[in-house]
Amino acid sequence: MKLFGHKVPFTAQLGMAIILLNACVAIFGPWISPFDPTDMIGDSWADADVTHWMGLDNLGRDILSRMIDGARLSIGLALMITLLSFTIGIITGFTAAVMGKRVDIILSRIVDLLLSLPTLIFAFVVLSVLGTDIPVLVITLAILDSTRVFRLARSVAVNINALDFVEAARLRGEGLWWIIRKEILPNAVPHLVAEFGLRFSFAFLFIAALSFLGIGVQPPDADWGSMVRDYRDMISLEGIQPLYPAGAIALLTIGINFVVDWILAVHSNSTTTEP
Amino acid sequence: MATLDNSAQSEFILKIDHLVVEVPTGARIVNDVSLELKRGEVLGLIGESGAGKSTIGLAALHYGRGACRIAGGSILLDGVDLRKLDAASCRDIRGRRVAYIAQSAAAAFNPAIRIIDQVMEGPLWHGLMSEPEARAWALELFRALDLPNPDHFGDRYPHQVSGGQLQRAMAAMAMSCRPDILVLDEPTTALDVTTQIEVLALLKKLIRDFNTAALYISHDLAVVAQVADRIMVLRHGKMVEMGATGQILLDPSMEYTRALVAERKAADKLSVISTERHDKPVLEATGVTGIYGTFTAVKNVSISVARGETVAVVGESGSGKSSLARLMVGLLPRTTGDVKLHGVTLAPALKDRNRDILRKVQLIYQQPDVALNPHQTIGEIIGRPVAFYFNRTPAEVKARVAELLRLVGLPEDYAGRLSTALSGGQKQRICIARALAAEPDIIICDEPTSALDQLVADEILKLLKQLQDDLGVGYLFITHDLGIVRRIAHRTAVMLKGEIVAQGPTAEIFAPPFHPYTEKLLSSVPEMRTDWLDEVLAKRA
Repeated sequence: MKLFGHKVPFTAQLGMAIILLNACVAIFGPWISPFDPTDMIGDSWADADVTHWMGLDNLGRDILSRMIDGARLSIGLALMITLLSFTIGIITGFTAAVMGKRVDIILSRIVDLLLSLPTLIFAFVVLSVLGTDIPVLVITLAILDSTRVFRLARSVAVNINALDFVEAARLRGEGLWWIIRKEILPNAVPHLVAEFGLRFSFAFLFIAALSFLGIGVQPPDADWGSMVRDYRDMISLEGIQPLYPAGAIALLTIGINFVVDWILAVHSNSTTTEP
Repeated sequence: MATLDNSAQSEFILKIDHLVVEVPTGARIVNDVSLELKRGEVLGLIGESGAGKSTIGLAALHYGRGACRIAGGSILLDGVDLRKLDAASCRDIRGRRVAYIAQSAAAAFNPAIRIIDQVMEGPLWHGLMSEPEARAWALELFRALDLPNPDHFGDRYPHQVSGGQLQRAMAAMAMSCRPDILVLDEPTTALDVTTQIEVLALLKKLIRDFNTAALYISHDLAVVAQVADRIMVLRHGKMVEMGATGQILLDPSMEYTRALVAERKAADKLSVISTERHDKPVLEATGVTGIYGTFTAVKNVSISVARGETVAVVGESGSGKSSLARLMVGLLPRTTGDVKLHGVTLAPALKDRNRDILRKVQLIYQQPDVALNPHQTIGEIIGRPVAFYFNRTPAEVKARVAELLRLVGLPEDYAGRLSTALSGGQKQRICIARALAAEPDIIICDEPTSALDQLVADEILKLLKQLQDDLGVGYLFITHDLGIVRRIAHRTAVMLKGEIVAQGPTAEIFAPPFHPYTEKLLSSVPEMRTDWLDEVLAKRA
């Protein structure tokens, strides 16, 4: 199998299949879900059978339906956070690289400050003060994550910024926005794409962790992280229910990493073989 | 028979027979080349880029760079075929019996290790010497190579010494195991002419004193002529001819060699353009100074360019000639003096200059590879200044791009291509078209031909000249190549350590009485005689 002129190894193909499956579930969730995820339709912790493939949960809701519903929230939130953090990180990172020393120092020190705070604890404090609405959650995590994106975007842009064609644009009198958008961004894309996959899986895990700890997604909504939390009592009763959402989290993370590894390998090959 | 074989083995230290080197696509970059090298003999390999001369040099170490593969022939080192040896035996031979000196010493040294440790590495790795012996030998080599303060020179890191010194340190590294053969791959090409002559003299002495055989690879016939006993001329991976140095220089038998020799001789004494222009200066700097941190790159320089005029700024690397260009366009804000365009003083910094001023002074870079955005099409690259400065509609821009492409001698359908698909010369034409798109009065050319092959460079110079005749644009032409200056400059300024030491019509600058530095610069340009180096050295001593 070939994609964009590069051979795609088996692991990457597997990763793509996993991502595709998850994306389909998230997009078409309401149509493929066998039951309403909030309907109590039987006994609590009923075993799996032909109609309820994964059994029922603590309140007698269909676990498979809740899993499908949770995919939308888990993946959707991670995607929103990553998109937002990349927008913030790339714009600030490129600005720091292009605008010169003073702006660079100011932005970099702000980022250093944010980086010096332990992410989880910082998120804890912010979310407990501001409440755990979904917009607050997304914006908080995006800002925290954007510091990492800033670092990468800045270092990539500093290298590109030193090339003559950027100087030529500057000599022409082009503005900051043109230089960032037309001269630097297209040349930075390969670096950023791989990072996007990686940051997405971190965001995904981070939300799951927050939800598991009870400060992420709040009931009645449920993502895979909060489902693990809801079902964890069953571990002591030898139930396998917590493994469904936990497995889904692990599967998607691994799938994304397979693809990211491939992108990074392709990218490093193409940069080292250039004369 | 056996005795005959033995004598043949000892006569030729290196014997390459019908060598074929291929790249993965199957193309032969070296095709059926044979050569013999006696002990103590120096063979020059001459050719343009892509002729396969470096590949042959590396094949003497049985090494294929990148994806190159030695596909046929034999490489006999003192009678032993390197192609039949395993990897470990080859590693044992490399450095110990055949050593390599690369073009860019700065890229060949590990920046994190002291020079002496890198020079001692060979003898220690091969187990030839104990550490004190290796150290003593390294110091002796530093002394032989005339390095300053030889006892402590090696304690420094590569970035702490000059380019010429580092190139000599690499020669010391290559000699550290007293190899039978030295492969010198353009060892002086990256150096300034005045440094080149020193390094060349020392390399020659080193080869002679240690009676080492050598393959000397270069694109410059005049340089090779000073060192080599015999010369092999290569083209497209094949041998054109081989002969004694004198014969190649004076009486080449093949057409291609004759062309090479004629062209190199022409560069020596091209007629000076004597027509001096008296137009009012368009771009004029008076007493400008530019500072990087604490380093003064440009000191109190005055220079001017008129329309239709070419003013050359010559100097060695670090002389401040590129800084002068950056200062003129506002990338390096001046601290004193005045830069005027059409009599109006320009703001020191780029950001304070308006669009129309930026339009009138354009810059062409040395490296066309990095001067073009690899993610934009040619049409976008050339069209942008048209749209940016003149507010044209997309259709008008398109027409103008086609016109500009024609002007620089490229087909119109290149507009849809990416620059990455073009050759170096074509890329430089695109850069010229981009500069012309702004309809400038002055174009500052910062070594526009240095990264190009001689023949390609020649065409670019002709194009620039043609454009000047047609459009009347003025050039501030920055270069280190005196041959180019003599060819295209109406006036010339010679720079040394940030200052202009001589300035005037080119004919006067290149005729006595010389400024001492101009004379040194002129006398350091290799000439097409085998005795040139010895003569110059004798004169200087």
